[in-house]
Amino acid sequence: MSAGTAKLNVTVAEVKPVNDLVTRFKFVRTGGGDLPTFSGGAHTVVEMQDGDITRLNAYSLMSNPADRGAYTISVRRDDQGRGGSRFMHTKVKEGMEMVISNPVNLFSLDLRAKKHLMLAGGIGITPFMAQMHQLSMMGGHFELHYAVRTASLGTYARELSERYPGKVHIYHDDQNEAIDLNTLLANQPLGTHVYVCGPKGMINWVHATAEEMGWPREAVHSEEFLAPASGKPFEVKCAVSNKIVQVGEHQSLLEALEAAGIDAPYLCRGGACGQCETNVIGYDGKFLHYDHWLTDEQKAGGKHIMPCVSRFEGKTLVLDR
Amino acid sequence: MPKTQFPPSITSRPVYGELEARSGGGHLMIADAEGAEAILDLAKSVDQGFWAKAHIIYIPKTTGTKYSSQLEELGAGQYYAGPSYEAAQGRIRRALQDCHMGTQVYLTGTESLMGQAMAEATAAGIPHTAIQTEHRGSTARRMQCVHCKGITEDVTTDPFECSHCGLSLFVRDHYSRRLAAFQGVRVDAEDPGNIPEKVELFK
Repeated sequence: MSAGTAKLNVTVAEVKPVNDLVTRFKFVRTGGGDLPTFSGGAHTVVEMQDGDITRLNAYSLMSNPADRGAYTISVRRDDQGRGGSRFMHTKVKEGMEMVISNPVNLFSLDLRAKKHLMLAGGIGITPFMAQMHQLSMMGGHFELHYAVRTASLGTYARELSERYPGKVHIYHDDQNEAIDLNTLLANQPLGTHVYVCGPKGMINWVHATAEEMGWPREAVHSEEFLAPASGKPFEVKCAVSNKIVQVGEHQSLLEALEAAGIDAPYLCRGGACGQCETNVIGYDGKFLHYDHWLTDEQKAGGKHIMPCVSRFEGKTLVLDR
Repeated sequence: MPKTQFPPSITSRPVYGELEARSGGGHLMIADAEGAEAILDLAKSVDQGFWAKAHIIYIPKTTGTKYSSQLEELGAGQYYAGPSYEAAQGRIRRALQDCHMGTQVYLTGTESLMGQAMAEATAAGIPHTAIQTEHRGSTARRMQCVHCKGITEDVTTDPFECSHCGLSLFVRDHYSRRLAAFQGVRVDAEDPGNIPEKVELFK
């Protein structure tokens, strides 16, 4: 296992439906005691034993980072997904014992910022909830702009508006409300950092608009977890472990390596962090790169692959694992 | 290709690029002496709309009025020429206070000017990697004496005498972004009185 993936044994202390799509889960340490501290924006990887399949999904921690008694996550049910969120919604009950990873933060606040401007879309609200807890304890300066589909699907919108009066702005899609990004970005004091978490289109929109308006790249932060794409099954030869591994249609390359007992590094499992980067020794076919990590040149070069989200189509693929 | 070529050095030593016009909500340009040439070069590739949102703060130093009328004719929204960095500092701070994220900062001229203005701009909240710089003109250094902490401006020789405590100091490439100064260390610390000949290293 790689750094940061040490495991925590936890017990589900609460399962609470929040609205039609989102359910909240609270974990406490099995046998009692404190959980490790974390910082706002961190996520944990939840292991789900779904029959003979082990699913590992990353979820942002939304609870107060100062509260070491419990971790809270919120899971949006994705009926078109591979089954992780459905498992959480249908199989996880109070009192159940589960295994989660130590928190890892790939979306931390830049504490040099004089102001934090947060842009959330849908379930992308969760990392900001922990960050706002953290900032309000430190007396930090922040502002949240949160786009939701409807008031009833606006997860935690009402609670946040009450908790942080004047700092939370909600936009309802069904009422044709939208974040006026150009005006918002044009009027921020020097030293502001902008953070975005939400659907891919929203993240790209914020990056492109900020760049066009002259914002420094270092002041724009985003987090998007990709779910591994399904695709044609393929075979991979692992040169170091001397194994031939079959990757199933709905299985990621990383999951297939793990199922074959190969100790492959990972952190985010969503194409963002770079931890699972693997050297390609040889191939005959084409890569389907889905990650945010490799540069376009590296993707074209055929020497690297991110097994957590990317796939391969062709005759042979040999990896340095 | 930058106009001034510095010899390769330690990573602490700042490196400079070449100014290019970038899109942004405003353009704050701070220059001294020959730095004016870098602004005039950049002016060749921008349209008039650029200057409406520009603020030029210029310190001519020994160049006198050589560039000031050309800079003024660019038609920047605001143009200021001042006698020294110290005199311009209040204006630089105020300009940074009033601008918003998206404002582009361009620094050009001597290392002393760029370093000090860089410290102001980063303190105001702009990441240092987002600030453009271009060296022009004198390579004389702003030095801090590590013994008395006094700053000596426009140092051209190695060693040089600290303008505060009088010790002969060896000019190092070790640089402080916070102080915007290179480090000067007593050259005869091991063998008092044994002071090597001065060599003019910087012009």
